Amino acid sequence: MTDTSDISHIRNLLTQVQDPEVPVLTIADLGILRDVALIDGTYEIKITPTFTGCPAMKAIEENIAEVLVENGIQNFKVRMVMSPAWTTDWISELGREKLRKYGIAPPSQSTEEHLKAILTGKNKAVACPFCGAVNTRLTSAFGSTACKALHYCDNCHQPFEEFKCH
Amino acid sequence: MNTNLEKNNALFEYLLRLGDTSLILGHRIAEWCGHAPILEEDIALTNISLDHIGQARLLLDYAGKIEGKGRNEDTLAYHRDARQFRNLLMAEQPNGDFGDTMVRQFLVSVYNFPLYSALSKSADAELAAIAAKSVKEVAYHVRHSSDWLIRLGDGTTESHEKVQQSINDLLIYVDDFFNGDEVDALLVGQNIAPDLNAIRALWNETVQLTMVKAGLVIPQVNSAMRTGSRKGNHTEYLGYILAEMQFLPRAYPDAEWL
Repeated sequence: MTDTSDISHIRNLLTQVQDPEVPVLTIADLGILRDVALIDGTYEIKITPTFTGCPAMKAIEENIAEVLVENGIQNFKVRMVMSPAWTTDWISELGREKLRKYGIAPPSQSTEEHLKAILTGKNKAVACPFCGAVNTRLTSAFGSTACKALHYCDNCHQPFEEFKCH
Repeated sequence: MNTNLEKNNALFEYLLRLGDTSLILGHRIAEWCGHAPILEEDIALTNISLDHIGQARLLLDYAGKIEGKGRNEDTLAYHRDARQFRNLLMAEQPNGDFGDTMVRQFLVSVYNFPLYSALSKSADAELAAIAAKSVKEVAYHVRHSSDWLIRLGDGTTESHEKVQQSINDLLIYVDDFFNGDEVDALLVGQNIAPDLNAIRALWNETVQLTMVKAGLVIPQVNSAMRTGSRKGNHTEYLGYILAEMQFLPRAYPDAEWL
């Protein structure tokens, strides 16, 4: 097997690694998986952290190692890269659709727009993942995990979570 | 002296200042866990604490790499004494009542926001990336603490009086934010850190705007401003925080998370 097909094989394997807190999303959907490269006979898996205090990062590292070892790959190391900083803008279209189906509103704005909205208090209403209405309101900017905010839909009367723009 | 070595020493100091401020403030806010007035607020405070501790981990980890003596985030957090800590004096002040905590959070967050915004354009790529990530979290802290300041200041007579008192009490720790030294000067010269005068102007502007909205005033400070965090001169409170925070790794140095 050539190096490049090995690398795409590893990439494929890693698309199975899920986010432990939002198990419908894979690390590829989230944009956490930055690069796979072969350096001096060792596969270097580059990942980037999401929210600074996200406790899922350690679990993700361990899950990556588990998948690779299960598939007979021993010569690898997982490296955390900081630059460029992860943003929810990197979540794929497929990832956003998966989130919505799971009942979590995907990030509603680009990070840039969102930063301004947060500071001025002029947040756009987030579309309800259940009924699609925008007749919703923010109930708390902080939720059950670092990446989620709480909203309430005044149309279908359901509370729901939003994956925060970051 | 080798200029690269000088730069690295300054960057190490600077990262400790940022990282220690996040760590100590994060630890302080975590003391609210299970004690906040309502459930949503308990969740908000612990989330803010988590952000600070997350930022501290990245900053201290990077500080350890820059120092190059094999210290990591844990060694730096758990195996230094008070005089080696470089956190802002404001960060170590006790939680007091809910208003005291929110005023402390507000004053630090409106300092962190312009600071991290500027640092996200730092000539040091790693620091820039950490700052770019952190500033998005800091925006939430600014918003949350500003909302509470306005709500308490513009609330009942009692809430107004209490939160005004919190401001009066905490203002003596503000000069410490901006009291730059040779480390700041060296890094400003290399476009790694921003000029603190510019940060102070932005800080003043945001504080003034929010105070007007909240119907609160910034009093004339009559007692001496407390400074010294950059040289490790702390208030009496830091030692007690460290005693609690460092107990386990000091008592059981080989303890590991499983």
